[in-house]
Amino acid sequence: MFKILKYSFYDLIRSRWSYVYFLFYLLLGFVLLFLNNDLSKAVITLMNIIIILVPLIGTIFGVMYFYNSREFTELLLAQPIKRTSIFLGQYFGVACSLSLSLILGLGIPFALYGLFESNAIFDFSLLLVTGTFLTLIFTAMAFNIAISNENKIMGFGYSVLLWLFMAVIYDGLFLMSLILFEEYPLDNFSLLATMFNPIDLSRTLILLKLDISALLGYTGAVFKKFFGTQLGLFISISMLCLWTLAPIFRLAWKAKRKDF
Amino acid sequence: MIKLGNLILVLIVLQMHLAYSKTISICHDCDVKSIQKGISMAVDFDTLLIKKGTYKEFNIVIDKPLTLLGQNYPIVDGEDQGEIIRIISDHVTIDGLFLINVGTSYTSDHAAIRVVKSSFFLIQNVVLEKLFFGIYLEKSDHGKVYHNKIIGDAIDEYNSGNGIQLWYSKNIEIDRNIVQGVRDGIYLEFSDNITINNNISSNNLRYGLHFMFSNDDIYTNNTFKNNGAGVAVMFSKRIKMYQNQFLENWGTAAYGMLLKEINDAEISGNTFKENTIGINIEGSNRIRYTNNHFVNNGWAIKVLGACYSNTFEHNNFLYNSFDISYNSKLNDNVFNENYWSDYTGYDLDDNGIGDVPYRPVKLFSYIVNRTPETIILLRSLFMDIIDFSEKVSPVFTPDNLMDARPLMKKI
Repeated sequence: MFKILKYSFYDLIRSRWSYVYFLFYLLLGFVLLFLNNDLSKAVITLMNIIIILVPLIGTIFGVMYFYNSREFTELLLAQPIKRTSIFLGQYFGVACSLSLSLILGLGIPFALYGLFESNAIFDFSLLLVTGTFLTLIFTAMAFNIAISNENKIMGFGYSVLLWLFMAVIYDGLFLMSLILFEEYPLDNFSLLATMFNPIDLSRTLILLKLDISALLGYTGAVFKKFFGTQLGLFISISMLCLWTLAPIFRLAWKAKRKDF
Repeated sequence: MIKLGNLILVLIVLQMHLAYSKTISICHDCDVKSIQKGISMAVDFDTLLIKKGTYKEFNIVIDKPLTLLGQNYPIVDGEDQGEIIRIISDHVTIDGLFLINVGTSYTSDHAAIRVVKSSFFLIQNVVLEKLFFGIYLEKSDHGKVYHNKIIGDAIDEYNSGNGIQLWYSKNIEIDRNIVQGVRDGIYLEFSDNITINNNISSNNLRYGLHFMFSNDDIYTNNTFKNNGAGVAVMFSKRIKMYQNQFLENWGTAAYGMLLKEINDAEISGNTFKENTIGINIEGSNRIRYTNNHFVNNGWAIKVLGACYSNTFEHNNFLYNSFDISYNSKLNDNVFNENYWSDYTGYDLDDNGIGDVPYRPVKLFSYIVNRTPETIILLRSLFMDIIDFSEKVSPVFTPDNLMDARPLMKKI
């Protein structure tokens, strides 16, 4: 598995896409810090970008890579290698390369601007952790879509739809249901609904650690407990882990059964 | 001529008073060992010089015009027995004492210093610790509370008292006091014509400053930091609030300022920074808000209803999560020439005033008002999209609620 991981990883680096991605974040980080020198403010702006862009890039890249390396995958399948190692190797190759670009691309400018002396370091590392989680989750989901659809157009369509649903439509439905059922106690429902969307989950997780969480706690005792204590952090992180593991397991399961 | 003669006579009498008023020293080695004894020995307009030491006394009653002057902050320890000093005479001065251990009671409001039905008092340079109520002015007038330090250790609202409390008192000046760790820093009930300047009220359980049924009061240059809520102004008329700082009243139900049933007030030059809600307004009319700064608040202004004919002019609204929140579609308040950091319009004729009106109520803030739980969608992409569409063509927010002349540069 590690051989295939290594191969995919170097393949991506050779194809320069990881460089482009890395340079994009590097530039973003420098520009943000140049425009406002305040680290903690930059973290908030960065959050808005990360929770939208990282899933988009993860999905598109994952689908693209899977379809592009199909011939190589078929070649590998002819060798005496376990199927799960082939697919998981490829998956981790892509996900690691994307995560590394993200972490280095944002980490370098922030480190240069004196992150280690500032107290925003915890917020920032949380941002990188959620960014990595989002990459892992959405790449895994993209691989799932690609493995289930032979048709490339269908595969791309589904993956764009997946991103659109998670980033925008889900919140719309969520908002509508909240307004529709406003007569009922909604705090537990709304917390639960956040758990079912990794993008919302990451957003709340980051907000949780910012001062702004007091605004959320304003609503009632349930929110106050969730956003005011370590409970929220703990639950959100474990839910993100679940979100990562579930598509990976499905990928492995699907890979074993698929007929090529 | 007769008037001048009278004046001279008064001066002579006063001179005689001064000449005859003597100083009684109180210390552990002196003839007079307790403050209470010193007071009973003294005649009108005497000075009691209390030297350094600890005096375990409570229920000290000052019933004649005296000056109690502490030397090097003598400690008066009430031993949690009850009230420490009660003033029932005019012209009393208390200066430089350190009062500790006021008794807590659920039936009577024990205070470190209580002034009852007296005029022309002066309480200054007093330090209070471990108190229940601090300085309690009851039906008194024309006094001054100056440069005192009140440090409480209140934990629960129900068994703690207020730092400086005024009840049916008039024409009092409260200046340069530091109040912290009590229930209400400064509390006014039925008290008119009070001046409150240059005080610092912080870390109090409930309010930094609290008005109830008090009219024609003015407070300037005070700092209210990290209280349950900065200032609560309730059921009062014609209050003037100038150049105060409302800082870090940050928590799940914290306000910088809470206005309830307030009419004809003036709020000018104040700074509201990092409060969950800058100003919470309910049932308040004809208030002028000018030259205030709202910086980094959750809500800069939250209007709850029945607020008419208020004007907001030349204020700065900088980086608040929500600038204004409204819960009705009716608007009778005027917003004019404010600076809004969220304003994205342009100024083609270069006169410093934006050509496109600014709508301070976002759709999201309207939704959050209706269904508070939706706040969980804060900073989500979907919300930005619908906010934008509402900005383009307002449907839900009051369409006349806008600043027609937003400023391009901050004040």
